[in-house]
Amino acid sequence: MEQLFSLLDSTIRVATPLILAAMAGMFSERSGVVDIGLEGKMLIAAFASAAAAFTTGSPWIGMLAGIMASVSMAMVHAFVSVTYNGNQLISGMAINTIASGITPVLGLAWFQQGGNSPQLPDEARFHEITLPFADALRDVPVLGQVYSKLISGHSILVYLTVLIIPLVSWVVYKSRFGLRLRAVGENPHAADTAGVSVARVRYISLFWGGVLCGMAGTFLSVYQTGSFIKEMTAGKGFLALAALIFGKWRPVPAVIGCLLFAFADAVQIRLEGVAIPGIGQIPSQAISVIPYVLTVLLLAGFVGRAVAPKAIGVPFVKSR
Amino acid sequence: MTEFAIELIGISKRFGTVLANSDVSMKIARGSIHGIIGENGAGKSTLMSILYGYYQADSGDIKVNGQDVRIRNSQEAINLGIGMVHQHFMLVDTFTVLENIVLGAEGGLVLQQGMEQAREHLKQLNRDYSLEVDPDAVVGDLGVGLQQRVEILKALYRGADVLILDEPTAVLTPQEADHLFRILRALKEQGKTVILITHKLREVMDITDGVTVMRAGTVVGNVVTADVDKEKLADLMVGRKVTLKVDKAAAKPGAAVLDVRGLGLTDERGVKLLDKLDFQVRAGEIVGIAGVSGNGQSELLEVLAGMLEPTEGEIRYKGEDLAKTRSGLPKAAAWRRKGIAHVPEDRSREGLVKAFSTFENAILGYQGDKSLSRRGLFSRKALLARTREFISQFDIRPGNPLLRVGLLSGGNQQKVVLAREIHANPDLLLIGQPTRGVDIGAIEFIHKRLVQLRDQGKAILLVSVELDEILALSDRILVMAGGQITGEVSAEEADTVSLGLLMGGHKH
Amino acid sequence: MPRWAQLTVLPALNLMAALLVTGLVTWFIGEDPWECLKLLVHGAFGYGEGIGYTLFYTTGFIFTGLAVATAFHAGLFNIGGEGQAYLAGLGVTLVVLAFDHTLPPIVLVPLCILAAMGFGAAWAFIPGWLQARRGSHIVVTTIMFNFIAYSLMLYLIGHHLIEAGSQNPTTREFGQNAWIPALHQVAAGMGVTLPSTPLNLTFVMALLACALFYLIVWHSRWGFQLRTVGVNESAARYAGMDVGKTIIIAMCVSGALSGFAAINELLGSTHRMNVAFTNGVGFVGIAVALMGRNHPVGIILSALLFGALTQGGLELSFEKPVITREMIIFIQGLIILFCGALENLFEPFIAGLFKRKDDK
Repeated sequence: MEQLFSLLDSTIRVATPLILAAMAGMFSERSGVVDIGLEGKMLIAAFASAAAAFTTGSPWIGMLAGIMASVSMAMVHAFVSVTYNGNQLISGMAINTIASGITPVLGLAWFQQGGNSPQLPDEARFHEITLPFADALRDVPVLGQVYSKLISGHSILVYLTVLIIPLVSWVVYKSRFGLRLRAVGENPHAADTAGVSVARVRYISLFWGGVLCGMAGTFLSVYQTGSFIKEMTAGKGFLALAALIFGKWRPVPAVIGCLLFAFADAVQIRLEGVAIPGIGQIPSQAISVIPYVLTVLLLAGFVGRAVAPKAIGVPFVKSR
Repeated sequence: MTEFAIELIGISKRFGTVLANSDVSMKIARGSIHGIIGENGAGKSTLMSILYGYYQADSGDIKVNGQDVRIRNSQEAINLGIGMVHQHFMLVDTFTVLENIVLGAEGGLVLQQGMEQAREHLKQLNRDYSLEVDPDAVVGDLGVGLQQRVEILKALYRGADVLILDEPTAVLTPQEADHLFRILRALKEQGKTVILITHKLREVMDITDGVTVMRAGTVVGNVVTADVDKEKLADLMVGRKVTLKVDKAAAKPGAAVLDVRGLGLTDERGVKLLDKLDFQVRAGEIVGIAGVSGNGQSELLEVLAGMLEPTEGEIRYKGEDLAKTRSGLPKAAAWRRKGIAHVPEDRSREGLVKAFSTFENAILGYQGDKSLSRRGLFSRKALLARTREFISQFDIRPGNPLLRVGLLSGGNQQKVVLAREIHANPDLLLIGQPTRGVDIGAIEFIHKRLVQLRDQGKAILLVSVELDEILALSDRILVMAGGQITGEVSAEEADTVSLGLLMGGHKH
Repeated sequence: MPRWAQLTVLPALNLMAALLVTGLVTWFIGEDPWECLKLLVHGAFGYGEGIGYTLFYTTGFIFTGLAVATAFHAGLFNIGGEGQAYLAGLGVTLVVLAFDHTLPPIVLVPLCILAAMGFGAAWAFIPGWLQARRGSHIVVTTIMFNFIAYSLMLYLIGHHLIEAGSQNPTTREFGQNAWIPALHQVAAGMGVTLPSTPLNLTFVMALLACALFYLIVWHSRWGFQLRTVGVNESAARYAGMDVGKTIIIAMCVSGALSGFAAINELLGSTHRMNVAFTNGVGFVGIAVALMGRNHPVGIILSALLFGALTQGGLELSFEKPVITREMIIFIQGLIILFCGALENLFEPFIAGLFKRKDDK
């Protein structure tokens, strides 16, 4: 039982930044702009938030800085993709590479710790929050334990994320913006002739994508590790992209994808060096590779079929 | 309030060196159906795009209901009560009819409320104009005629008083077109103004109250429909007698070169695109395939060229079953080597690579010719020599083989394709829309050339949506509708009425 | 504007924009950009050894640049060069570990090259096949394949190929039969003394590959097919070209070219394989191909630039500890941005300069 709780608990931890990034990718890709730059935006946000939190001592200012850094990258991507009609894939690649390069350069110049940030002091970090009555209910079987061990005791960012999921889902399917978002990603010409500004919808989508990636990056540095470490995103942006594809570009299934991948990650850490009866030791790489293999199979239509928004990756140029 | 819904005064618009509209003026009475006719490239679409806010005129004024207005984008046009039904529908396939209709006019941040209101409003509109559209149907599942009605609904829902329709019947069967015209008349009765862009004289005569005739970017006539006849309009539109005539002797057909038996093509949704076709093309004759675009002609050409796999039937070429050819090459290449040449319908999408220079386009499809390569590499000399030959034989201008082909005019591009396809001395020429987007001089040249080929004993299968062209060139005419051949007529007995009936699916 | 200007002036301006931003960042972190540039240029070209190292790095970048360019010509964005080079390294290592004490160099080295090409091509074949036959997007697939390659290699090196008794995840040193001679050794054989650097005969292969690339892409039937498929798939189908096959072969060629980066590194320099031997060479190839506009001459020049940045940057970081290898990655990112995503950004500003000439 304890095992299961701790497994699920770390699933939630790992999943949170993935979910935020996947939601970011969904806004972007649903609007028709490919976003392989999630990784870079998260990384630069992780750095900016750690740096600002360290300097000001406030995790919230850290998060603001992280969001600003991520949004500014998103706006570069928007300029290339929307205003300039450039190649969105190359732009995403550029963002990832720039982020990999600039974060250690600035980190080294500011903190002289090999490109990492110093460990954040306690007050500059986000902390676990113990929800009301969590301690009192700890001993109530099942429900009480679920409440106190699984639901309680996470960072405010986790709870924010939990609120963001239904919000995003609502926005995409039930709001005016969502209708326009989906239209712009499927047939921008139709949206344009209906009086919807394709550029505006795409800029807004990328902006919110930037905000969400900023939160994801902040989660990693200001909460999880308590410092910025070079390349600390380590492919999480691509994992989020994989989850998004796994969820066929829909919010809730994408979240499930993130949880699944995070669960695999949690299991992998626990299986390290443990021999399973009958099978023997499973190399950790065999598990960590699962999301990537799954994505490839999905895209190829071997297990279900992931069909991208129709206008994705195509710059919108008014017809004629 | 004046009696005019729309007034255009001295509109000019230039794209680069091309003057698309030059000092265009017209007045369109409220509650009328107004036709704007002209050939391809006459400037009709540009003009309407200006009225709908896609482009800004370089000079000139627009009045809506007598008020001077500036229309900077389509939203402003919509606000002024102008609606547009595009030739290519502007619908989101994955959305329902209702979602498509409220898009851009949601009436608030939250969808729900707007959707409910729209549903009620839609019921009303459906009743008023007998549109018969199900609001919850997914648009991608609807037929062309219904999708068009969704477009009309979309405009009406936004309170359009002026409805612009761009070539609305190009994709419709005659029955669907009739239904559309009933809707347009109903709109007129309700006081709406309809602007109909078309190049079909019959439509103009049938349904419009007034007509503006455009030619080469200018207005050549603003007339009341009742005062003119078809011939007069045609004369204005083309600026010469429309009787397209190609001098040619009677055909002396020889043996069958192409023999098609029971040819069928069914797509993945189970729709029959080609339905049991049987016909022959003999040496020394031009067989024309007439029909409204989208009735299987394009697919037929692609199947015969080896680009599409038929689902049933047999194609025999000079007595040989083509399906049994074994060469290791893709079919299109193997068949081309056997002497089947193909001038595709869509020049810029298939027939040419616009980013490549003329000399590279001159070998497209023939890149495997032994005479072009030496030891695995192209001989640049041979490529250029062949291109220069084409340039002089077909009077292609500018005659620079190194120039990017995309910079040539439509007519010259088509000459490159035709020269290339004829060069290998094929026995069968498949040719689609030979003169689409081609200037008049080049049209005559191309037509003469085709007749010459026929007289040399080539078999020619001609697909064209231009009835005039079919009538002028063909020795025999096959009519296609709904993927079937609905009838065959000889050139002598063919007239537009009988062909029109066949095109509408009436079988002999 | 004329094409020669599009191919020369625009990349030059894009490069300048990238370097300008780099200069600003350098200044921002408190260093003198001009001084850094001088140190960098000196480190890369100022003395024999520096030049040798510069060209050694250039070699790998030429190959990955050509690899990315091959795919680009077919309209494909192959982000998987890194993984393909990685797998090629595996192929090389397997051959070497099996035969380096039995086969003579004249047999072993070509065999290694074939293995590198084969493994690289195979790792690119799968995404190519999936794109051509199943319609899955090559970019996403190749990204995923990079991660899969990384996990696979981590596992293989960690569990199977690791040198017995070693704590580091690396293989044993390769036998000398598998070493590709360094240029200074070859030169010494001819009586010329060059400084000792890892620059090796793979560099000559890189130049040959460029010549071959040019001939094949622009003067052969297959190159014609490749380019047609890349810009207009419908026209390719019309012209009787097998689009799927062309895509698959283009990816295989791309993967095989990436494989040479592993040859350069493993047989030319380190003579053993560790987990991090590719060190981003596949990603640099993207910037190289974009800046070189997929043309071998441009690729050689931009590979040289990145070779110089890598070598000069290393030298620079001795003098200025605050400027590290990551600065080069930053520049690489900027070059991808300006030369790739915004390649014609400056065209409107300078098109006017060429107008008058055109009119004449």
